[in-house]
Amino acid sequence: MQELSQTAFLVAATLKVLAVFAGVMGVVALLTLLERRIAAFIQDRLGPNRVGPFGILQPVADGLKNFLKEETMPATAAQPYFLLGPLLSLVPALVTFAVIPFASPLPTPWGVVDMIVADVPIGILYILALSSLAVYGVVMGGWASNNKYSFLGGLRASAQMVSYEVALGLSVVVVLIVAGNVTLTEMVWRQQQMGLWFAFPLSLAFILFVISAFAETNRLPFDMPEAESELVGGFHTEYSGMKYAMYPMAEYAHMLTSSALMATLFFGGWDIPFWRGDDAFRHEGIWIQGFDGEGSPVPAVLAWWKTILTFGSFAVKTSFFILLYMWVRWTVPRFRYDQIMQLGWKVLLPTALAYVMVVAVTVLSLDTVGVPYGFVWGAILTMVSALCTAVFLWVVDRGRILSGAAYGLRERYRIQARTLGREAVTPFGVGGSGTTA
Amino acid sequence: MAESYVPLLILFALSGATGLGFLAISHILNPRRPTPQKDMPYESGMIPLGDTRARFPVKFYVVAISFIVFDLETVFLLPWAVQARELGWGPFLAVALFVVVLAVGLIYEWRKGGLEWE
Repeated sequence: MQELSQTAFLVAATLKVLAVFAGVMGVVALLTLLERRIAAFIQDRLGPNRVGPFGILQPVADGLKNFLKEETMPATAAQPYFLLGPLLSLVPALVTFAVIPFASPLPTPWGVVDMIVADVPIGILYILALSSLAVYGVVMGGWASNNKYSFLGGLRASAQMVSYEVALGLSVVVVLIVAGNVTLTEMVWRQQQMGLWFAFPLSLAFILFVISAFAETNRLPFDMPEAESELVGGFHTEYSGMKYAMYPMAEYAHMLTSSALMATLFFGGWDIPFWRGDDAFRHEGIWIQGFDGEGSPVPAVLAWWKTILTFGSFAVKTSFFILLYMWVRWTVPRFRYDQIMQLGWKVLLPTALAYVMVVAVTVLSLDTVGVPYGFVWGAILTMVSALCTAVFLWVVDRGRILSGAAYGLRERYRIQARTLGREAVTPFGVGGSGTTA
Repeated sequence: MAESYVPLLILFALSGATGLGFLAISHILNPRRPTPQKDMPYESGMIPLGDTRARFPVKFYVVAISFIVFDLETVFLLPWAVQARELGWGPFLAVALFVVVLAVGLIYEWRKGGLEWE
């Protein structure tokens, strides 16, 4: 399996760019429909189903309508920034997907083509850098509109995104300690080598990452910048037509990228579980599957059908997280603004800092003792992390979420009984006279 | 290694062109019939009072400063995290000291009420 020649590399790169760009745009269009269909499903109604089979052409109709709508702009708006806002939102959102590997390498007659747009050495730093640009589009749009609601929306957005970026960055630091490299291809490889996806040995980092990613993409329950019941439309109140449509497009593109990122960082990326045959990594110029007992590399067996299968695995994992995003949006109500800021600074940040230290100590201890990197190594880390997660959930919950609504109801009956001075009769049975059982 | 950035350039150009294209096409296609009411900022149907560029709570400024401190901390942690296993215990202790110093800063800000929102 020879290296790609210069020309072949450029041709392959162009093809991959076009395919991924078209894929991202297509998925974004479908997500706008999927969101409404899922909302309808959760709220027990039909949703858009008139345009084409199952409403599949609805995004096309929406797009056309947006192009033909009159665009308004307040006379007092700052025009250049008003135009720049949506642009600054959309462009970074569309390019972040480039460093995520989406399938195992494809062997072609001209050489092996890795299934990633750009395997740049900066890897995840590229994603962190570009996704934090998203806040500029929001702030600029809100400020330029010269509308008090937009302005407030923009301010809130900047404070919120900035607060959660810290926790997001720190949860990535935890992954880097174990992965030992910033490229996502190597992270997938490390998970394949461990035989455990990082969601298990780094469970608390996964939880922190999911929460922060929800806040970063401004999705419910963190959709403070929009908060349509308080701020009309938030930062995009004054936007209409295609300029408006670019904001939701950016949001869906961010959603797609962060879902893919969750799948890659914590769920093995394109790895197929319980099967070593798909493992492949470029080690000193050759594609290897792993190392044998003596530490010499075992060459990887690449095949086109493996590429297709691993892409399927990646797509399933990513879709799961996209569905999770939508499911949460239509299930959980919006936080109050002070609650959001408190969660970011007083809960997520200290937890992330402490967890970085715990993982570092565990990893270094394991290396000092001499446990080789592999399943046992991961299993010990899993136990430590499970303990951290349990403590975190117990402290954060304090009998509110995990115990469910029934807990609150039971408490209410107890208090009622205590004030009336008689035995509590609850749907959960007759229990104590107002004392905690 | 530099050649691995070439696809990124192509993607940037493509995305930028798409964004500009959206703005241009809708600018050409959409009708424009402005009225004084339409050109007014929409503040729930009220005629806007006062200036939007008014003063806003200093809290946002405090959050921005805290963000710079802790995001820089993350940036400093990143290079260590990548090499953590090769570097071993010595550098870990240095990093731990660094984290403790910043944690004390966080506690101080917390106690001073810098993280409160009323």
